[in-house]
Amino acid sequence: MSKTRYSAFKVLKEALTGHKGWEPTWRDAEPKADGYDVIIVGGGGHGLATAYYLAKNHGITNVAVLEKGWIGGGNVGRNTTIIRSNYLLPGNEPFYELSMQLWENLEQDLNYNAMVSQRGIMNLIHSDAQRDAFIRRGNAMLFADAGCEFIEAKEVKERYPFLDMDNPRFPIKAALAQPRGGTVRHDAVAWGYARGASDLGVDIIQNCEVTGFNIENGKCLGVQTSKGEIKAGRVGVCVAGSSGRVMAKAGIKLPIESHVLQAFVTEGLKPVMDNVITFGAGHFYCSQSDKGGLVFGGDIDGYNTYAQRGNLPVVEDVCSGGMAIMPSIGRARLLRMWGGIMDMSMDGSPFIDSTEVDELYFNGGWCYGGFKATPASGFCYAHLLATNNSHEVASAYKLDRFRRGAIIDEKGVGAQPNLH
Amino acid sequence: MSQTNRKDGGLINKDKTLTFTFNGQILRGYEGDTLASALLANNKHLVGRSFKYHRPRGIVTVGSEEPNAIMEIGSGAYKEPNTRATVTQLYNGLEANSQNHRGPLGFDLMAITDFFSPMLGAGFYYKTFMWPKAFWEKIYEPAIRNSAGLGTLAKEPDPDTYDKGFRYCDILIIGAGASGLSAALTAASSGAKVILADEDFIMGGRLNSETTKIDGTPGSEWAKNAVDKLSAMDNVTLMADTTIFGVYDHGIYGALENRSSESRANSNKPRQVNWRIYAKRSILCAGAIERSIAFGNNDRPGIMLAGSVRSYMNRFAVATGQKVSVYTNNDDGWQTAKDLRTKGVKVVAVIDSRSISPVMGIQGAEIFMGTDVVDTKGRRRLKSIKLSNGKTIDTDSLAVSGGWNPNLHLTCHHRGIPIWNESIASFVPDDKAPPGMSVAGRAKGTMVLNDAIKEAHDLGATVASELGFKPKDLKAASTPVVAYNIVANWGVPSGKNRAWVDFQNDVTAKDVKLANQEGFKSVEHVKRYTTLGMATDQGKTANVLGIGIMAENMGQSMQETGTTIFRPPYNPVAVGAFAGRRRGMEFYPTRYTPSHKWSEEQGAVFVEVGMWYRSQWFPQPGETHWRQSVDREVIQTRSSVGICDVTTLGKIDIKGSDVSEFLNKVYVNAFAKLPVGKTRYGLMLREDGMAMDDGTTARLSEDHFVMTTTTANAVSVYRHLQFCHQVLWPDLDVHMISVTEQYAQYAVAGPNSRKLLEKIVDSKHDISNEGFPFMAAAEISVCGGIPARLFRISFSGELAYEIAVPTRYGDSLMRAMMEAGEEFNVVPYGTEALGVMRIEKGHAAGPELNGQTSAYDLGMGGMVSGKKDFIGYKLGLREELQRSDRMQMVGFKPVNKSDLVDKGFSMAGSHLLDLRDKPTTENDQGWISSSIYSPMLGCYIGLGFIKNGLNRKGEFVRAVDLVRGSDIEVEICSPHFYDPEGGRLRV
Amino acid sequence: MIINHPLLGPRDSEEFVYLGSTDLINRPTNWEEEASAEDFYQYQYIRDNIAGDHQELWYHEQGDQSWLVVSRNTLTHEITKVELAQDVARTMGRGK
Repeated sequence: MSKTRYSAFKVLKEALTGHKGWEPTWRDAEPKADGYDVIIVGGGGHGLATAYYLAKNHGITNVAVLEKGWIGGGNVGRNTTIIRSNYLLPGNEPFYELSMQLWENLEQDLNYNAMVSQRGIMNLIHSDAQRDAFIRRGNAMLFADAGCEFIEAKEVKERYPFLDMDNPRFPIKAALAQPRGGTVRHDAVAWGYARGASDLGVDIIQNCEVTGFNIENGKCLGVQTSKGEIKAGRVGVCVAGSSGRVMAKAGIKLPIESHVLQAFVTEGLKPVMDNVITFGAGHFYCSQSDKGGLVFGGDIDGYNTYAQRGNLPVVEDVCSGGMAIMPSIGRARLLRMWGGIMDMSMDGSPFIDSTEVDELYFNGGWCYGGFKATPASGFCYAHLLATNNSHEVASAYKLDRFRRGAIIDEKGVGAQPNLH
Repeated sequence: MSQTNRKDGGLINKDKTLTFTFNGQILRGYEGDTLASALLANNKHLVGRSFKYHRPRGIVTVGSEEPNAIMEIGSGAYKEPNTRATVTQLYNGLEANSQNHRGPLGFDLMAITDFFSPMLGAGFYYKTFMWPKAFWEKIYEPAIRNSAGLGTLAKEPDPDTYDKGFRYCDILIIGAGASGLSAALTAASSGAKVILADEDFIMGGRLNSETTKIDGTPGSEWAKNAVDKLSAMDNVTLMADTTIFGVYDHGIYGALENRSSESRANSNKPRQVNWRIYAKRSILCAGAIERSIAFGNNDRPGIMLAGSVRSYMNRFAVATGQKVSVYTNNDDGWQTAKDLRTKGVKVVAVIDSRSISPVMGIQGAEIFMGTDVVDTKGRRRLKSIKLSNGKTIDTDSLAVSGGWNPNLHLTCHHRGIPIWNESIASFVPDDKAPPGMSVAGRAKGTMVLNDAIKEAHDLGATVASELGFKPKDLKAASTPVVAYNIVANWGVPSGKNRAWVDFQNDVTAKDVKLANQEGFKSVEHVKRYTTLGMATDQGKTANVLGIGIMAENMGQSMQETGTTIFRPPYNPVAVGAFAGRRRGMEFYPTRYTPSHKWSEEQGAVFVEVGMWYRSQWFPQPGETHWRQSVDREVIQTRSSVGICDVTTLGKIDIKGSDVSEFLNKVYVNAFAKLPVGKTRYGLMLREDGMAMDDGTTARLSEDHFVMTTTTANAVSVYRHLQFCHQVLWPDLDVHMISVTEQYAQYAVAGPNSRKLLEKIVDSKHDISNEGFPFMAAAEISVCGGIPARLFRISFSGELAYEIAVPTRYGDSLMRAMMEAGEEFNVVPYGTEALGVMRIEKGHAAGPELNGQTSAYDLGMGGMVSGKKDFIGYKLGLREELQRSDRMQMVGFKPVNKSDLVDKGFSMAGSHLLDLRDKPTTENDQGWISSSIYSPMLGCYIGLGFIKNGLNRKGEFVRAVDLVRGSDIEVEICSPHFYDPEGGRLRV
Repeated sequence: MIINHPLLGPRDSEEFVYLGSTDLINRPTNWEEEASAEDFYQYQYIRDNIAGDHQELWYHEQGDQSWLVVSRNTLTHEITKVELAQDVARTMGRGK
């Protein structure tokens, strides 16, 4: 079943023979008439990763991934590419640490270079209270073996001379870094998982929109799609950004609002920074892509929306944050701004859970932290779909947690999605 | 020295010579030149290197769509990378340098990558660089990053300033070419407020580049007359050199105005102005952008777009070569040949891929119909081209026209989807332009100029009428009808030669094909896999060509293939322009308390607290460490009296007959029976049962209350209260106003605080312990009649008061109190001492009220009333929030009192472990939220949260800080470290 | 965006703070009943998250401090109606 193995030798060989031997990265499939053991709704990073791990870890290969448009076209295709496992709460940190470990082995596992680059992520600290809070976080990270490094101001300045350490408004007093954090070539994650899943027999079906669920006596038997009805033993929805719209077709309301997060990239520049830097007193975080663009983002626009575009106030807010900590960025030109729709949950944490409908499962609510979670989300969702039990590190991500009061609120801002 | 390619005529001022440098060489141009036209005048075609293969590249276009001629302008902190030479207005002293090469431009060492290009096709990096695993970050990625990137960003802070501006109009017209000017003339005739914006520094659009006559006069003159007419009208604002870069909701347009470097010389005027234009309607007249054809080695310096070649000739009087040839698939390409010939430039050949009769005769030129260019020669400058009929033609300038794409970018900012129009072989806007936007002229696909003018003319009148204005009955300008016929031509198979689609990102036709072959069939996939259209020009000249090649590869229509999403900005905008004046000290608003000036005089150290600056401590001569100052302030306050400015606390005046009922709904504890003249501590929850804020509320009279909130939550609590009132209980008789800014407030704390205040408070007010007991509140007067509010409340745990006066008396009161307190050795104390004393007293503050803790967690479960509904009551009772093993707030003190004393840091942020447990997430028992060195206890103490803490007092655990390296044994204790009985409060 | 304040006329949305759906007006009143736990849970956490016309609460923080109910389409951002929240709340039965 497995096909072309990528290697430097293969690249050289193809170069000399006119690239005629490259096969499709994944197999474009049409729905099988007799259905599937598992249908994943949503061909984004999480959905494709879920399909891959279902096949690889659990041997479940009669699987289809249904994608409304083209795979990887959701948030895995529009984000700021950051990976990190610098979480505070025990409900989160082990999950994101699993994700980090999966990132670390992703390329060898998939035989696809997604350019996982552990160049480090650094959160700047501007006040005593912030330092205390970051020490607490740093210890949570070290307790979970995620690693972290406290950097005094003097060293921050030595390492990153372009930072405005003595910013008159919010001087930089220290930083907490996670050296294992970094960035990944985001589109390649979707393609790599698609290739891996496809090689293991998963059907990837593009341009196949789910228009409804076949539910009888409280049990989901399959889905209705733009390519007809497809039977399924089990259905896993994985459409963050559209969760509300899709789950409404199954009559399920969620503790989620849809919001837009804008992100930005500048024109290409020769190397400026080799890590990810996060401003602690404004909305700005930044890294530089391998192509040279400074990729940065900030806060969500803050109002419910399904439109993949934002407005100027946030653009200006984010850019001023950039000027506050690295005032040399002023002459870099912003090349492109885009908006992705986030499933903003009520406590800022996600869901990987069964639902009130039998054989219908839900994965969503990733807020704007979904990209870094991709491998673990797929890993744990596959575990749930295969075994009907939550994976240990995702056991807190239950849909009924608010009914019970088991909140996982990293920011402590309560049941207001636009503040997470 | 000499501008060898300069001819006669053009819209340049030959009386004003400008000197500039390119890669250090001194060159000259004229006023009215762009950097690109001046370079071409000096016969400089090679101006840069491509992104990936470092191929020699020349100027291709005449506008902002330029893919190749991007360079670094200026030097030092002023250096501006990736600047398009084609839109950079020439000025005296301009310093330009080519970028993205190692060694001189002519001998770029990185050009070796071109040799390896067979290996470096689309997506090659996804298939390799994986072994050994650790090499990606260390070897491969740094190498890729160093060779990638374009210009170099200056390391210094951007020395320029940027302004923001706001403008309002009825009709915004985008683009001031023939269509835009025509629309503006009719729209403005109605009296409507019109803004006309154009990205060029002179208005007129392509009329300045053509020989077309309008109403019998040369196009550029007609444009100038129209501009003059418009500028004389009060209701018209002309914005040249201004790019409308984005269309946002509800008629808000982002516009970037460039201020030329010359006009700013020796001034501190802004480099650019970022306008927000609020327009009821807009008319897009952005014209069209020419595209290329993908033939073999079509990227050599000297190969340009035909319309641009014509612009350089007509507008800038620059011939792009001595022997020019034209390659076209449409009638407009012929116009270039004709204009060049008219200006006396030798045109050696016109090659037209269409099998039709020649469109016109071009004197001295060979005409090839039904013929294509298949290859070219000349590494650093075009030398010859090879045709599909086998013929080779010597030429140093090839003008290529693959047709014109309507410039519909802005119509897609709200998710419009372009529609393929076969008759002009291009995409045109759909009917889903952003609300309020209409399109006319070539931007709409109306390619015949005379029709475009009429269309825009009529649209200007229509839009004005729809807004209720009455346009005058003007006659549309007219121009001879020139047909625009085209047969799409995306390129030709050319054997081993590469044919470029996206020049800047080095995407070739083969890359597009390979992507398709590998299953990347969606246009978005192809873009992402090949990087087509992702360069600084966002594929303005490349995208449609790429789509054409894709459609051919896959045997599907252009419409099925579709475009990628157009997103703002239309042209790249400097980050500094978005930030505007919000940088440095102006990044965030600044608030000072009324005692700020006095504190400065005392040499206080200030700290940012949200927007506020507060005194952190007041160093005295001889004190070398902040702890010395803070310890002294604490000890002196606790032994005599200290004063702290607490103006920053939120203060809310609440009046009405239902206030106590209202307070009952927002606080966990009972407020219904708060007597007049009393203050009560209150805890406020969010609806989810978590603590939101705490503070005090005093009842000054039957229907007048005053509430304090924490500094951090002053704004959000007020908002919350307004929500509770307006939205949840609109008919309660409650009226609120924030008076945080209106009152200066001071804490006066310590055993001698009453004695001090007795000297300040007017003597008619009894503030004795009996007359004004603990938790009393009153409106009083001080210093002989100044109105004030006095509260006997204490954060420090001492006999203490808070006294508030109207803000304008704040400074005087501080000085008066310090003078009055001299005999008691009064001390001003800052936020650090305030924090030390509150931790010694076990009061929760920001680190404890962190939004993750409930009233029960904070040990305040006893305060929670079960007899009333209040915000947060019901959800606070949820099972998980009532578990006894939740982390609860208690105190912690080291078993060994000297622990941490020499470390220089506190316990804050440490996690708590049982004595013999390993530090793992499973074993984590809790954490220390606040910790300070207590001068009263002589050791570090802390507040923190530990599982089931309320029942574990007296147990020993470890406070572990792996981040900074400490692991100490601590005792779980009451958070009330100092005077736990509270006797000192009530004396 | 521009919000046409019913008292003050058109204002840039930058002057406002967003809260969420007008479902938040319907705070349960049956707190004394056991069953209200579920009602409060639904009230606080579960959202229709409408793709289309959405009634939502905005607060004019940099203005007159009124809470407004804005009818806005979450697909197009078009605003069709703006009302004072206290008026809407009364019509929803939250008056005395």
